[in-house]
Amino acid sequence: MMNRTYVFEASYNSRLTSILRAINLEPVLFLSITLLSLVGLGILYSAGDASIELVQKQGFRLGLAFMVMVIVAQIPQQQLYVWTPWFFVLGIVLLLLVLIMGDVGKGAQRWLDLYVIRFQPSEMMKLVTPMMLAWYLSEKPLPPKAIPLLISAVLVIVPTVLIASQPDLGTSILVAAAGFFVVFLAGLRWRVLFAVVLAGLAFVPVLWRLMHDYQKQRVLTLLNPESDPLGSGYHIIQSKIAIGSGGLYGKGWLNGTQSQLDFLPERHTDFIFAVFAEEFGMMGAIVLLSLYVFIIFRGLYIASNAQDNFGRLLAGSLSLTFFVYLFVNVGMVSGILPVVGVPLPLVSYGGTSMVTLMAGFGMMMSINSNRRLLSR
Amino acid sequence: MSYGSSIGDSSSSSSIFKSRANVAAVICILMIVALFVRLGKLQVTEYAHFSDLSENNRVRLMALPPNRGLIYDRNGVILAENRPTFHLELIPEQIDDIDTMLKELSTIVSLSERNVSDFRNSMRTHRSFESISLRTRLDDVEVARLAVNRHRFPGMDITARLTRHYPQGESGVHAVGYVGRINEKELEKIDQGNYRGTSHIGKTGIERFYEDDLHGTVGQQKVEINAEGRILKVVDKIPPVPGNDLFLSLDIELQKVAEAALGEKHGSVVAIVPETGEVLAFVSTPTYDPNLFVHGISFAKYDELKASEGKPLFNRPLFGQYPPGSTLKPFIGLAGLETQTVTVDEKVKCKGHYLIADDETKRKYRDWKKRGHGISDMDKAIEESCDVYFYDLAYRMGIDRLHDFLDKFGFGQKTGIDLYGERRGLLPSRPWKKKVYGKKWYPGETLIMGIGQGYMLATPLQLAAATATLANKGMKVQPHLLQSIRSTETGEKEVFVPNESQFALRYPDHWNDMFRAMKKVVHGVSGTARATGWGMKYKMAGKTGTAQVFGIAQDEEYDEDTVARKLRDHGLFVAFAPYESPKIAVAVVVDNGEHGSWMAPIARKVMDHYLLKKDDKLSKGEHANDE
Repeated sequence: MMNRTYVFEASYNSRLTSILRAINLEPVLFLSITLLSLVGLGILYSAGDASIELVQKQGFRLGLAFMVMVIVAQIPQQQLYVWTPWFFVLGIVLLLLVLIMGDVGKGAQRWLDLYVIRFQPSEMMKLVTPMMLAWYLSEKPLPPKAIPLLISAVLVIVPTVLIASQPDLGTSILVAAAGFFVVFLAGLRWRVLFAVVLAGLAFVPVLWRLMHDYQKQRVLTLLNPESDPLGSGYHIIQSKIAIGSGGLYGKGWLNGTQSQLDFLPERHTDFIFAVFAEEFGMMGAIVLLSLYVFIIFRGLYIASNAQDNFGRLLAGSLSLTFFVYLFVNVGMVSGILPVVGVPLPLVSYGGTSMVTLMAGFGMMMSINSNRRLLSR
Repeated sequence: MSYGSSIGDSSSSSSIFKSRANVAAVICILMIVALFVRLGKLQVTEYAHFSDLSENNRVRLMALPPNRGLIYDRNGVILAENRPTFHLELIPEQIDDIDTMLKELSTIVSLSERNVSDFRNSMRTHRSFESISLRTRLDDVEVARLAVNRHRFPGMDITARLTRHYPQGESGVHAVGYVGRINEKELEKIDQGNYRGTSHIGKTGIERFYEDDLHGTVGQQKVEINAEGRILKVVDKIPPVPGNDLFLSLDIELQKVAEAALGEKHGSVVAIVPETGEVLAFVSTPTYDPNLFVHGISFAKYDELKASEGKPLFNRPLFGQYPPGSTLKPFIGLAGLETQTVTVDEKVKCKGHYLIADDETKRKYRDWKKRGHGISDMDKAIEESCDVYFYDLAYRMGIDRLHDFLDKFGFGQKTGIDLYGERRGLLPSRPWKKKVYGKKWYPGETLIMGIGQGYMLATPLQLAAATATLANKGMKVQPHLLQSIRSTETGEKEVFVPNESQFALRYPDHWNDMFRAMKKVVHGVSGTARATGWGMKYKMAGKTGTAQVFGIAQDEEYDEDTVARKLRDHGLFVAFAPYESPKIAVAVVVDNGEHGSWMAPIARKVMDHYLLKKDDKLSKGEHANDE
């Protein structure tokens, strides 16, 4: 930008930031999320065969999600704290309902269909699980002792297993990660952490047994995508071709052949990063990833400055979960992680995960406002 | 507000959190760096590889097969052309109800159950937007009916493809040949790059010999496709270069006259312009329709052709090897004169048989005329075809001199005609017999060679070529079917230049002596073909021949009624005309035709047409309009 306009923008921004603060929105986080969302709409336009219809739908959802964020940001942190156990119980009940009634067909989820957004209980658990752990651990002396740790483990494992058996591997990983981050940030001792990791590794063969065939296939395909070039390997191969052929500077917006000619599957949802990397190259990808990292660090900064353990642990966990979203998605699209259905946060087409994410950001803003209130 | 007090804001938990958050931040940075490394590997290190893969995904090369060159006769009458054939194709994607559509289509065109089941099979292996063939080779009426009803059938397509077609049908097939589907053996030999998209190749005749000229050069287009394989746009296009057009020396009208003259007989007629070596007619009867082979002949039909008694697929002028019989006598006579074994006036007494002077077996070499020809000189011996005269001449000349002289006329050698598989015939010699049989040459064998029997074999083409060389007085011109090639790129014609070689007689007058003697065969009072010479507007020089298919014992009579047709003698006739300055040389060979003199009218019909109707512009004009 020109220097001339910079002055104007700065003054404009300062006016804007005071307005944002007045409605409990942390300006830096809010503006970077907005920027990311707009970039996302731009990529979506390209990924959706340059049809404005898809962008309009997504824009509408984004607007809705922003509204959710603004509303959640108005909820005092104390209120969130009070509601947390009830949300958790509600979430577990809904998950059980989905499991029991899932056999009936789609009827199990329809009553949660809010017409524009199909809200899934598992999505809700992405927020409620870290809330519950933060709620539980915030009352305990930190770092947590053995008994609270065990109870924390149960609080994480129950929703994780329920979601994994839907089956929804991607979401269950995110839920488990969110819960784990709370415990980690609460000061989980390193030796306990390593012991858990080792136990986890020992558990891998058992997990392998429990996995569905298509999930096993995804892992196998990751290890050698060329073994099944037309089947499950097709996604990874085409995605790698898209990213690789983008080169350093990319083929240009709307010019990615892999995406524009339909070679890239799921390109407006889970594989949208490949579209971006093909059209904007490695340079574009670095800029985009940097924007994500900036948002995450801003979240960690908010967490560090929170006034109590509940706020700290929740905001920290939500920030790190956001990172997991990013890493799992980019990792799977670029072929270093198996294909699990994790969207690129705020960019992939689809409503549910976006609302969850924005609600999470709303909570972080609420936590941030709580600090301001207390420090005032 | 119990909330505020219940969780102490202890600085210790805050510092634990901060250290953990820092660890998490560092891990995040490390993982992001790992992603950058991964992206760097894909987008920088392996960029070229993925870029290629992406291009291969996107771009398809499609061959554009060239149109095959056309073949014309010497007067510009078309012998081989490319005709659009119409095919009915459906694009399943655009059709709502295929079953109903097939039912309705079957009321308009004839659809066999096979057509429908083939269509359904292809539907499984093709993508829904691809056009799938339902019926091939629609006739004109069907095309018209479909065109009228087109609006009723969205997703229906009538496509035109060029298919080789031979408008002359059975005429000239042994010269022109035909194309057929490329088989595996041919696939190994051809330049597969240039034949991408080409389904047919020259199988026989000119179509095969000039395959490289006729085929042309394949073009290609680069198209951009999407993941389904649907063509989105043409990126780049190199048009094909059509094959070159061939102009043959063949005169298809003359060819038909010769075919008609042979009629139901099994035989060959070869007509050559002596001066240029141009082959005017190249007939083998019975013949067959080459169009059968273009679309793939059915096994039943092919077996029928193969088993047919006349062997229509057998190219007689090229592959048929016959004893030349008495048609060899003019060449033997010339050899005698040239070697000074005889003079033109020298007389030999013919009593109906010949005995070798010192032969203890006393074997009688019989003349075809039991009573003999009496006192014969060269002229009479040719005119009446006296065997005894030539027994005597051959015996005195000896096999070596005989062989060497006949060799000059191309006997026992390929003529070099522009067709594959030509036979050499057989010109026997002492070394040949030693090599093949391990035996010495007997004088008796020289004798029967004097009348063109024994080991001696010649193809009808060789006979015609040798007659042309005779008419040319020693100028041997390579017979050829190609007159010129017209380049499609430049439009210029490249004229075929035949090989030529001249040999001279020590006494050139002997040519005229032999011409005179041969004229008497047709025009003399006792000429063997004198019946043919009546009322002729030009003078023809010729020689009849009858070649024995099986030997008759010493004193046995040859009774044509009792001998099965396929064992009867072959009838031969060679001739050129006009006698004064020869314009055409003809060889007629009829399998089991019995008498050469019966073949002379066939040669006359050919010559009459060529020499008398040649300048008839009117009839030529009509042909031009026909095509």
